[in-house]
Amino acid sequence: MFWTSYFLAVLAIVLAWPVPILLSRAQWPARSPFTAMLLWQAIALAGGLSMIGAMLVYGLEPVGDNLVSGLRALAGMVFNNAPTTDLGFWHIFALSAAALLTAHLVFTLLLTYYKIQRQRRRHRELLDLLASPSADGPGTVVLNVDSPVAYCLPGGARSVTVLSDGLMSALEPDELRAVLIHENAHLSQRHHLLLWAFAAWRQALPWLPTTRLAQESVNSLIEMLADDVALKTESKATLIRAIAIVASGSPAAPDPRLAFGESGLPDVEAGQPGATGGTGSSGTTASRVSRLLSPRPPLPEALRAAVLAACALLLAVPTALLLVPGLLG
Amino acid sequence: MASLGELERAVMDLLWAGQEAATANTLRDLLAQSTNPQDGSTGHAGKDLAVTTVLTVLSRLERKGLVERERGTRPHRYQAVSSRADHTAELMHEVLGSAPDREAVLARFIGSVTDTEAETLRKLLGRS
Repeated sequence: MFWTSYFLAVLAIVLAWPVPILLSRAQWPARSPFTAMLLWQAIALAGGLSMIGAMLVYGLEPVGDNLVSGLRALAGMVFNNAPTTDLGFWHIFALSAAALLTAHLVFTLLLTYYKIQRQRRRHRELLDLLASPSADGPGTVVLNVDSPVAYCLPGGARSVTVLSDGLMSALEPDELRAVLIHENAHLSQRHHLLLWAFAAWRQALPWLPTTRLAQESVNSLIEMLADDVALKTESKATLIRAIAIVASGSPAAPDPRLAFGESGLPDVEAGQPGATGGTGSSGTTASRVSRLLSPRPPLPEALRAAVLAACALLLAVPTALLLVPGLLG
Repeated sequence: MASLGELERAVMDLLWAGQEAATANTLRDLLAQSTNPQDGSTGHAGKDLAVTTVLTVLSRLERKGLVERERGTRPHRYQAVSSRADHTAELMHEVLGSAPDREAVLARFIGSVTDTEAETLRKLLGRS
């Protein structure tokens, strides 16, 4: 089972560095954000699994032919005080590292959850006192702030979408509807769970290229997914106007109503996704707008299927390598 | 009978509007006064509102860090920790700020925009 640990180590390195860099520079995720989102999740899960798996398999190599018998032998040593002379220094080192990394990942996940929940609770308490209910339905409140702001605060049944006075006065009813649909899409597609997982992943291993790139990509992919939901009922021009008005801080001086006709959207120099450096949420707005201005056809069925198959393989291969030998033996 | 949430809101509104600290008794009287002139119905809680209820609301607000008690006076006098504007600013700071886990706490319609991006978008809007 020696080659298994090497294979897993190589997989972990590939998934931690070159693959995320390539994927974050690729153009196709904007054409099929949902597929890209699944791929990022598969990369993160498979990366973590192969990292921990490689160390476990290497460390258990002297005491078992496979992971299952190795773990059984290890449990015997720990609980029955059996001699550990079979394990060399590096084996024990690898096993400790695997245990520490697992604990670190789980702990960071829980800690991030706790922190997020605490911040949301505080935010909701203040909203209860400061915001007034809106006419746009339950779960929508208005905050007395002049700048145009819209956001949603997830929280199960207590989820709330917050609009500012400035936003209400800057947007026409159809633009406001586009904003509300966009925000509700975040809530109904449970994007906060994805953001939580990837925020924790980055918090746990901030020095790993994959965690930063994954979080940034996921941030912009969920915006695209929510935009797509809004486009089902509202026109593209409406959504672009809403984005532009909110992003430019205040209603622009020239009459924005004349900016776009329903036909003939201006063919603006398409800042490609990530062309602005793609760091943080700042690149997100540019890639969102350029995606709306110069739309490209969704990914062909065959390519989407290929990516989905790659996701399945990414998860299946490390799992099979770790478990199958033990189950067969 | 108004819910505790509504009462918290009403008490905070009174504390934010008033200049100085108030006792639970004063607050109770103010709440009872706020009757609706249109239909004559009592406002937030009406005359049945007990001082103990007001104290409950105040201690809840104190636990949330929104209200503080003056030390050394009896009966206790309460005041708002910060103004309504300060709390609104606190919310906006959280919304607009660049804390790394902000994205996970709440989802904004538009993330932060760079100057060049804002300029491009302004041009888009101005285009006719």
